Amino acid sequence: MNSFGFEIQKDNTIEYDKNDLSLAAFVLKHEPSLYNCIQCGSCSGSCPASAISSYQFRKMQLLMRRGEIKNLREDVAHCLLCGKCILVCPRGVNTRNVIRQIRIALNMN
Amino acid sequence: MISEGKKTLWNDYQKEIADDNYFYARSCIRQNFFPGAEKTFLKILKEELKKDVYDDPRHTTCTGIAYHSDVVSLETTMTVVARQFALMTERGYRNFVPSCITSFGIYTEIMELWEHHPEIEDKIRHLLFKATGREFKVPANLAHSSDIIYKYRNEIAGMSKFKLINKNTGAPLRVVEHIGCHYARMFPHKGIGGAEYPCVLSGLAETFGAEVIDYPERRACCGFGFRQYVIQANRGYSISCSKRKFESMAPYKPDLIITNCPGCPYFLDSWQYVISEMEGKTYGQKGQGIPVLTFEELSGLMMGYNPWDIGLQMHQIPVEPLLDKIGVEYQQDDKYCDAQGRTFGKPVIPEMIKIC
Ligand code: SF4
Ligand code: SF4
Repeated sequence: MNSFGFEIQKDNTIEYDKNDLSLAAFVLKHEPSLYNCIQCGSCSGSCPASAISSYQFRKMQLLMRRGEIKNLREDVAHCLLCGKCILVCPRGVNTRNVIRQIRIALNMN
Repeated sequence: MISEGKKTLWNDYQKEIADDNYFYARSCIRQNFFPGAEKTFLKILKEELKKDVYDDPRHTTCTGIAYHSDVVSLETTMTVVARQFALMTERGYRNFVPSCITSFGIYTEIMELWEHHPEIEDKIRHLLFKATGREFKVPANLAHSSDIIYKYRNEIAGMSKFKLINKNTGAPLRVVEHIGCHYARMFPHKGIGGAEYPCVLSGLAETFGAEVIDYPERRACCGFGFRQYVIQANRGYSISCSKRKFESMAPYKPDLIITNCPGCPYFLDSWQYVISEMEGKTYGQKGQGIPVLTFEELSGLMMGYNPWDIGLQMHQIPVEPLLDKIGVEYQQDDKYCDAQGRTFGKPVIPEMIKIC
């Protein structure tokens, strides 16, 4: 293969029609407070796990709801279930239960 | 999605296109990329449609690429554009026809700006006069060259020798089109069919008998994007954008891509080769690419012009599979010869993409 001095980037298109949205549906059914999320990122800002890894609650749940779940298992494994994110969430999202429901859905418990 | 209602809505986007007496402004880059396209346009207008077109050798670039790459200021661009209008005025023309979509966008933007801010127009008049002693009138009508071809599409189709029909199966050829972002994206009411259902090219292809496919990424950029290409390190953005379009159109198995802008045919043509070399991927049938034609080249081809006279040998993706489908006869030995029969050298055969 030839090198031209630049790369073809990976396509970031979100294929809602093709992505698996069943996991998001399961989580939202068991923790409907997630519907109230306004993507403010306070959870990620307060999260001790996000200080030492690339994991962020806001990003993780956004990708999950788009069906982009390739790295989800690895992502939620970082969560310490400390509950700081619940304390700061201005919308009353039960973030810890969101994580728990994802772990149940992925048979991680 | 039910698209019929939307199509009807966008159908309202029509525009005034002058009948005759055109001042033609060539593109600065097209003559390098596809040198036969502008010549073919002039031949169709002058010799077939018997129109009065003035091709002024004194005009220059509109500076559009430099302007969009942030190399020249808008004030400089406006003064250069004012000079083009002065040349038109001196020759007694009022209908301005740019060959390039970027130029069309530049002229549209500047005319719109002057309409809302006459004080800017006054300033540019002053600057032009100070620099060159020239004065100008703003064009009475501004139409891109594809608008003119669209306006006379039925006449052109009536004179045509071929149709976009597969001569072996009798089925319409499958065509995808790309109008170029600056045709209608900035000012939808300046484009036929607006920005969402543009019909300047699709209407032409349908008049020639083709089936036009509204592929999902039809409205996405071709990838040129000025700075995305002009700076080498940024070219990944350009090729990724084109790749997205190819991925989107390939499942529909198009026989042909038709384009407007100088950048669009170049990138949709050449990036197919580069993607094949970088990733081994091809988008046409049997390991070939999808041929790309400009609207002038297509019109010339339909009228029976010799494909090598209208410069189709300059395309990266060989057009022979398309010519065979349409039934155009051509001399393979003449492909790389000039009008006097002298050979000007053959390109290296690509490794990955099948050329025939
Ligand atoms: S519960 Fe998990 S996500 Fe929330 S702050 Fe603690 S470690 Fe971060
Ligand atoms: S703090 Fe609450 S509302 Fe803000 S992003 Fe996190 S979950 Fe959503």
